[in-house]
Order: sequence, then C-alpha cells, then structure tokens
Amino acid sequence: MATHVAGLLRRREPGIRGHEAAAGWLFLLPVIVILGLFLLLPIAMAAWVSFSDWNGNGSPLGAHAHWVGLANYRDLLTTPGLDQNNFGEAIRNNFYYVLLVVPIQTAVSLFLAVLVNRRLKFVGFFRTAFYFPSVTSSVAITILFLFLFSPSGVINKLLSYLGATGPSWMYDPDGIFHLVAQQFGANASGGHLANHVFLGVTYWDWLAGPSVAMCVFIIMAVFTTSGTFMLLFLAGLQGIDESVNEAAALDGASEWNKFRHITVPMIRPTLFTVVTLGLIGTWQIFDQIYVGSKGSPLNTTLTPAYLSFDTSFNQNNWGAGAAIAFILFGIIVFFTLVTRLLTRNPDKVPRRRRFEPTGPIADSKLSKVEA
Amino acid sequence: MSAQVHTMRSDASATRRRLFGSAMTYSFLVAVAVVYIFPFVISIITSFKTEPDATANPLSVTPHPVTTTAFHQLSADNDFFTWVKNSIIVTLSVTFLRVFLDSLAGYALARLRFRGRGAAFATIVAVMAVPGVVLLIPKFLIIRQFGMYDTYYGMIVPLLVDAAGVFIMKNFFESIPVSVEESARIDGASLFRIYWSIVLPMARPALVTLFILSFQGSWNELAHFIISAQSTSLNTLTKGVAQLASGQLGSGNRYPLKLAASMLMTIPVAVLFFIFQRRIMNASEGAVKE
Repeated sequence: MATHVAGLLRRREPGIRGHEAAAGWLFLLPVIVILGLFLLLPIAMAAWVSFSDWNGNGSPLGAHAHWVGLANYRDLLTTPGLDQNNFGEAIRNNFYYVLLVVPIQTAVSLFLAVLVNRRLKFVGFFRTAFYFPSVTSSVAITILFLFLFSPSGVINKLLSYLGATGPSWMYDPDGIFHLVAQQFGANASGGHLANHVFLGVTYWDWLAGPSVAMCVFIIMAVFTTSGTFMLLFLAGLQGIDESVNEAAALDGASEWNKFRHITVPMIRPTLFTVVTLGLIGTWQIFDQIYVGSKGSPLNTTLTPAYLSFDTSFNQNNWGAGAAIAFILFGIIVFFTLVTRLLTRNPDKVPRRRRFEPTGPIADSKLSKVEA
Repeated sequence: MSAQVHTMRSDASATRRRLFGSAMTYSFLVAVAVVYIFPFVISIITSFKTEPDATANPLSVTPHPVTTTAFHQLSADNDFFTWVKNSIIVTLSVTFLRVFLDSLAGYALARLRFRGRGAAFATIVAVMAVPGVVLLIPKFLIIRQFGMYDTYYGMIVPLLVDAAGVFIMKNFFESIPVSVEESARIDGASLFRIYWSIVLPMARPALVTLFILSFQGSWNELAHFIISAQSTSLNTLTKGVAQLASGQLGSGNRYPLKLAASMLMTIPVAVLFFIFQRRIMNASEGAVKE
C-alpha cells in the first residue's frame, strides 16, 4: 500500500514541477512586466534623452531628437554658463544639506531610541509622539514648517520672548558659514576666494554653508525622519542582552561609558543602515523644495533633484534634465558604495586582532586598552 | 556591622539617585515630546483662526474669534472634493493591487521552484536600489510614450508594484512552515488555489504591513503625480494642496486655509497609524532583523 502511494506520488512529481515552473512565471509576470516597462525601459529611454537635444516636442524616439553626444554633460560639468552655474549651486546646497542632516538625524534618532528603550511608564506614548511626523505627508509637513518659520511666525515669536530677533528664514539667502565668518571680520565679498571658480561657483560661495532658508529644510528633515530611524535603532537596542549592561553597571561603568563601549559597538550594523538610508534619502530631496521654495531665495535651496525636474518640465531642456538625473544617480551610488566599504572593514579587522572571547565586553575592553 | 550600615546607606543613596535620574528622564522626555507634538497642535488651532489673528498671534492657543471659515472655504471649493476623490481612487487601486501582486510574486519567489527564479529575484533587488527621484523623468517619458499621460492609468499603473513589497512578502513566506501547503498540494489543489485560500490567510500579518506601507506611500505620494498628469481634474490631495501652498495670488498668506487643508489630508494616514500603531512599530523592527 505504502509503496503504491509513494509510486503514485513519484509519478505525479514531474507534473507538479512542470506546473510549478509555469505557475512561478505566471505569478511573477505582473511584477516583471510592470518593473520592466516602468523602470528598466524608461531608464534606457532617459539615457538616450540625456545624449540628445530633445525639447519636449513629439516623441524623443522620433525625428525631434538628435544625438548630441556628451554635450549635455559638458554643459553641466565643464562648459561655463548658466547650466553649469545652477548645477554647481544645486550640488553645493544639497551637499551641505546632507552634511548636516545625516549626522544630526542619526544622533537625534539614536538618542531618542536610547531614551525610549528604558522600562518606563508611558514609554509607548513617547514612541508614538516621536514617530508620528514620519507618517505624515511631505506636503503637509512643509506647509507646517513654512508657517512655523514665516517671518512673523511661531519660531520668531518664541525667539522674541527670549529677546532675540529671528531671521526672515525662507527669505534669507545668506550662507550660515558666511555669516559666522563676517562676525569674525571676513570680507563680505570673499576676497581672493571669489576669483576662483569650480562648477560655475566661486570658492567663496562653495564655503557659504547652507543658507538660512536651507536650514529650515534641514530642521524639517531631522524632525520628520528621526522617528523612523528611532524605530530602527530601537530594534537594534532590543537585541542587546540586558545582562551585559547589568554586568557593566556592577563594575561601576557610567551611563556614558556603557553607551560608548557597549551600546554603540553592538548596534554598529543598524548605525550603518541608518547612515546609508540617510545618505540615499537626503540626496533625493524634491517634494519639500517643490512645495516650499522652488529653489528660492537666490537658488540657495535649489537641489539636483528639483533642478532636474525644473530643467526638463519648465525649461524644456530635457537632455540636460536627464543628464542631471544620471549624475545624481552616480552620486547616490558612490555614497552607497563608500558606506558599504566602511561597513565591511571594521568587521574584518577586529576579527584578526581579537585575542579574547568574542562579544561586546571583549571589544569594549580592547578599545579601553587602546584608549 | 559597620559594613552593613555602609551598604544600606549607599543603597539608599543609589535609590535616591535612581529616582532623581528617572525624574530627569521624564522631564526631558516631556520636553522633547512637546517639541514633536506642539507643531501639530498649533497647526490645528491655527486652522480655526481668522487670517489676521493667525498672522498677529501665531503662538496663541486660543483662536480669537474661533472660526471655521477655512473649512467652509475648502468645502465651498469643488476642487478640494476632486482632490479627495482622486486621492481615494488612486490610493485604493494602488494599495489593493499592489498587495495582491507583490504577495503573488513573493510567494512564487519563496515557494515555487523554477528555472530563472534566482535571476528574477536578483533583478528585483537591483531595482530596489534605484533611487526614486532619479526615475521621475524616465517615468514621464515612458508614460507619455504609452499614451497614458494625464490619465488615471498613468498615475496608477507605474505604482502598482514595488520591489520592496515583493521582498517583504518573500521573506515572510519563507518564515512560515511549508507543511500545510504540501498536504494541500498532495490533495491535488491548484497552485493558485493553495496561494489564495491557504497561504494568503496565513500571511495576514505581512499583508497588513504591506497594506499600511502602500496606503501611506500612495496617499502621501507627490512627485509621481506631478510628472504623470497635468489636468487640474486629476489633482490628488498632495498635488492640489501643494499648489495651494505655492500659489500666493496676492490674498495674504492664507495660513489657516493651508493648515486646514494639510490637517484634513493627514487624517486618513493618522487614523490608520493609530489603529495599527503596535503593528507599525513592530513591522519596522522585523524588517531590520532580516
């Protein structure tokens, strides 16, 4: 009897597998077709447009578009002119945005996660409060921040109670590094630094720092994303064995030392995830600029993502717009790879150096010895 | 004896220190929570203010006088209902179809054995890595090429699948035991039937997660709707309210109106968030552990 059943099963086996292959592809078909048609194919099409002079008339695959080689890329990167100038400014603005947002949001979200990782009453309420801004739309948050930071708005009212006069925020194009430098008596025109130019922007303007207007977007980014990253850190923190912390506490380790030598090494993978996601996200800022400033004042909140959109849709210079998108893609890939390289290495080196049993205590002892 | 006293004394001081510590923690948490919550509170209050009141007293928590003018303006304006209607149409179509298609593909990748499965999965992972903003122009080009520009199809179809959703579903299916399906398979049930009536009910937690992510994502989506349609009759809430925000039209700053619109726009996502709060918090934890 048993052999009979087994025999039946064996005989049906190829049939099932045959169905399985057909069904597998059938189940995958919608996803593959849509990803192929709306992701891979368009990338190829945009690559062609970035090498063409298409101006938005007719189809980019038809007679209206001509091959211009690297001209669009040259206009952005090497040929002096308005295109290069706008692109340089967009890169500068976004660079400072990334430079400030990524470390601040990482630190704030880690700090919040450590705070709400304790066994406290109402901790659920606090987690919810910190996470809520992350679920709201970028449009609603941007409007909220335009209101908070309007020249006679909430923030400036608060500052006036403290006896300070707030800036006009979204209308203030001054770079904050310039403002600080001028406090120390630097020449407002930048002296000889104004004579050298890179990507259409003078050295002095490269060193401007984010404009006051851009600072509003920086604060907004920290406000909206810290909740998401707090949850990631919280998951990492909950993976830490409590006994390790207790042992350290018995040895008289201070809170800071526990944080520095136990928490941080143990959540290192999460830390790198957060930094990578932060880098990818901050280089793509678009919605907030579209809703909040369209690049004003004086192009100081212009970003490559918005510039790419504006160049194509408003100025009908589709070739340059597509080229900006590809350069932005390159920038994001570059930073992702760099972070990945950085995440790989620290794992490999200590393994060879480690003489003690593995684990956080061993690591923390090691780093204490080194320090 | 003296040693014992000493220990007791240090115990007492340790307790005092701990109490002091938790009082500090609480005051600090409350202060930070105020920073996170106050902007939303003040924006709700402001939407009930008159415009001169909102401009002159941005910090006041008591509107003077209390007015629902902003909401009347929005409801008198047919555009706002068009935006709501479009947002609902797009979000519901995208969410339900995406959950279905992503889970179907995730199931195939996790359970069905066929040639090319590894390559298909690798492609999907690679696609996940392409940043969305970079695709705005490419997507516009293809939507136009297909004659879908300025239609619901152009707004909906490109959003129907997302690689991250396929990834989540695949991981989930791999985490549940295969035995139930196997016995159904031996009983001769068709693969789609197994998927539909056995696997999907078991996958409810992952489906709910995907539902929340898709709903939130498509309700809050702005960039894709900017590039896929231009008619005002196809404006979604995000696009309509964004235009409201940038259109100055010489009629003052209109903050009560804009904030009222943003608040109304936030309600569906906020409701979903509060219903599934626990799951949302756990979902992102689960996603990271993978």
